This record gives sequence, C-alpha cells and structure tokens, in this order.
Amino acid sequence: MSTTMQSPAATESTQSSAGGEVGAVPSFDVTLRIRRYNVETHGDEAYWEEFTVTAYGTDRLLDALHKVKWDVDGSLSFRRSCAHGVCGSDAMRINGRNRLACKVLLKDLNPDKPITVEPLKGLPVMKDLIVDMEPFFASYREIMPFLVTGGNEPTRERLQSAEQRERFDDTTKCILCAACTSSCPVFWTDGQYFGPAAIVNAHRFIFDSRDDGAAQRLEILNDKEGVWRCRTIFNCTEACPRGIQITKAIQEVKRAMITRAF
Amino acid sequence: MTTTTQAAARLPIENPGQAYQRRKTTRGNFELYGWVFMRASGVVLLVLIFAHLFVNLVAGEGISAIDFGFVAGKWASPFWQVWDLVMLWLAMLHGTNGVRTIINDYAERDGLRMWLKIALYTAFVVVVTLGTLVIFTFDPCPPGAAADLLPSFCTT
Ligand code: HEM
Ligand code: SF4
Ligand code: FES
Repeated sequence: MSTTMQSPAATESTQSSAGGEVGAVPSFDVTLRIRRYNVETHGDEAYWEEFTVTAYGTDRLLDALHKVKWDVDGSLSFRRSCAHGVCGSDAMRINGRNRLACKVLLKDLNPDKPITVEPLKGLPVMKDLIVDMEPFFASYREIMPFLVTGGNEPTRERLQSAEQRERFDDTTKCILCAACTSSCPVFWTDGQYFGPAAIVNAHRFIFDSRDDGAAQRLEILNDKEGVWRCRTIFNCTEACPRGIQITKAIQEVKRAMITRAF
Repeated sequence: MTTTTQAAARLPIENPGQAYQRRKTTRGNFELYGWVFMRASGVVLLVLIFAHLFVNLVAGEGISAIDFGFVAGKWASPFWQVWDLVMLWLAMLHGTNGVRTIINDYAERDGLRMWLKIALYTAFVVVVTLGTLVIFTFDPCPPGAAADLLPSFCTT
C-alpha cells in the first residue's frame, strides 16, 4: 500500500486556513504496518497489514491502534487497560523496539515512514499483538515475589529507614510489562532464561531490609538459566518503560551471589 | 458458553505454552564459578599474552629472530615452559568456555547444541594434549632425521 502522506507542515497550513482556530492541534496521516496473526481467519501464518489513519500531534501509538480497531478493522486485537503507562498491558515491538503503545507519541516515531508494530518477541503469539504472558509470569512466580519473614509478627508496622528503602527503590517501579525479558536475545533463543524482569523483582526483595528470603531467592537464581546467562547486553535497560536500571540490578544480584559463595 | 464448547474452541492449540516452560531447575555454583573464571583468567591472560607477544615480536632482534632455534631456546628454560603451559591451558579453558556460552546463547535446537559442543570439546582435548606434549618434548634436531629437512643450526 502506498503512503497517502502529506508532510505535517502542509497539513498544518491547510488546517489553519480551514479552521484557523488558535492553538489547534496539527493533524497528519500515519501508516501503521502491523504484524497480524489470526488462526481462525488466516491459518497458522502471520502476515503484515497496513492501515493509514489521521492522527494528531498529541496522539500516542495507542490512539492510532484504537482508531484502526474502532473505525477500520474491529478484528485487530491488542491488550491495553489503563492507557497511561501504569498497568503494563500494552508492551509491543514498535519500529523494532519494545515500548508501551500508550507511552509512545506518534510524532516521535517519524510518521513519514510506516510504523511497524509487532507482538513481543520470544513469547507465543495468541492473536495479532497479544502474546501468551504465562512463561514470563512463571519465572516471576518462581523467585517468590512476596515478603518472606521469620520470627514473631511485630505489633506495629515493620520499620525501615529512608536509606534502607532507597536501597531497592529502583526495582519497586516494575509494572510487569515484559518489555525487558522479551527484548533479551538470550531469552529469545529458547525461553529458558529467567529473564530480566524476574531478576528485577527478586532484587526488590533481596535488598529489602524487612525481608528474610534473600538466601532462598539467590539460591533460585543461581541456576544455569539464572543470572549467569546475562551477557550485559543492556537491551532490557533500554526497553524498560519505567527507566529501571535493570542491568545494574542484575549485576548487584550477581555480586551478592559471589560474596555469598566465597 | 458451556464448558464443552469452550473446550472445543481451544482444541486446535494443545497447551501452546508448553515449549516455553522451563524444563527443569538446574541450580548450582557451576555457572557462578565459570563467570568468575572468565574474569580471573582474562586478567591473567592479559599479562601472559602481551608479555608473550612483546618477548617474541619486539624485544631483542624482534620478529626476525623467530625460528626453530628461538623456540627451542625458550623451551629449554623451565620458566618459559611453565609460562607457555599456563597460557595454553588458560586460553583454551577461557576460549572453550566462551564458545560454550555462545553455543548456549545461539543454538536453538538441543541436537545442534550437542553436536557443536562435542566438536568444541574434541577440539579442546586435541589442542591441549598436543600443545602440552610439544612444550615438553620439542626437539628441533631429532636424531636420525634426513638432513635436508632440518634447520641449518642442527649440526650433525
Ligand atoms: C587478552 C586477555 C583476555 C581478556 C581480558 C578476556 C576477557 C574476557 C571476559 C571478561 C569474558 C566474559 C564476557 C562475558 O561473560 O560476557 C570473555 C569471554 C570470551 N573470551 Fe576472553 N579474554 C581474553 C583473552 C581471550 C582469548 C585468548 C580467547 C581465545 C582463546 C578468548 C575467548 C573468549 C570467548 C570465545 C569468550 C566468550 C564471548 C562472550 O561471552 O561474549 N578470550 N573474555
Ligand atoms: S523491569 Fe521494566 S521492562 Fe521489565 S517488566 Fe518491569 S517495567 Fe517492564
Ligand atoms: S495500557 Fe496500561 S501501560 Fe499502556
């Protein structure tokens, strides 16, 4: 399909001559090149489909996807819930990079070229942009993502200093979107690697002064498929929509294992 | 929707996530020691390799000094025998473990992985055995060899 594109500047001038409203948001056409997969209608083959929609300078990729689904082709399937970067539902590969569709502005994606949108790589695709997150969550469950304590229950809350809280602050920000794990080439190979997200969420408890399960979690991740498969590629850090320093967190978990072993 | 139609709708894909489940837990310190070894041997190799290159290629008469006699002279000294032996073993263990990692990271099928690793470990055994043997038994002038095959300094 050829792009029916006008340059944003040209669109802007036609807009202002037509409406002339002060502060009007410029609109432009974008083409989405979407990797689609639907067993019921197209069999077991994924295929590309292009949609051109009109968008505004303030629109995010999610808005363009909505426009396709609501106005053009209702069969297009993708996950989203909060639409504000909080729930972690809509991670996908956008121009080859893992991003949340609700946090990417179209104007930042160079709308002159078709924008490629693919499901996360390395997880089984169920339909269009929806992948099966189960392998990802299985690894997450394995690292025991809950407070582990021993001894008597305190009568008050479990106190912690600001410095103790700061120690693991970065890794509390994870929204389990899977952008990191599915950006990792080691995970792509066979899906056996625990992946960055599981390590990030283990880090969140390993370095929490209130938690007593660090030894168990280090034991779990000291696995052939655990932290030692990390090759410090930094794809995860680059992909994380919450800006978590993932590679650093993985390195800190490695260091804790080494000091424990020697 | 009743349970039966739901089940029927799911029929075409049997347990689709199965191939992605972690097959078994493989806990232990092996990969930890491997990781530390790569760094420790890397630091030692840095010294061994660059001193080796300097002594062979730069010091004294430089590269033109290298011949059978030069190698024989070095290996007459236990110092260089041990130096080259450590360098051989560390480089081979380091390199083999590095390639093992690469195979694990890039070979997707178990069968392919197995064959690549068999080839890798075979190469390791051959090179380390031959190398160790040569360091300790190198003789530039083996007695009884045809004179025209020997270097000029072998006086018969
Ligand atoms: C000059 C001194 C050397 C240093 C400082 C060094 C250092 C390292 C380190 C730290 C790693 C681990 C990388 C990682 O875990 O991500 C590594 C990997 C590797 N090394 Fe070396 N090394 C040296 C010499 C050698 C030699 C002589 C060989 C070949 C015999 C070699 C072959 C490899 C291979 C194949 C890997 C795996 C590559 C990878 O994991 O990305 N290295 N090296
Ligand atoms: S660490 Fe970042 S990229 Fe990974 S799952 Fe959590 S929020 Fe997503
Ligand atoms: S829809 Fe919730 S994070 Fe994007």
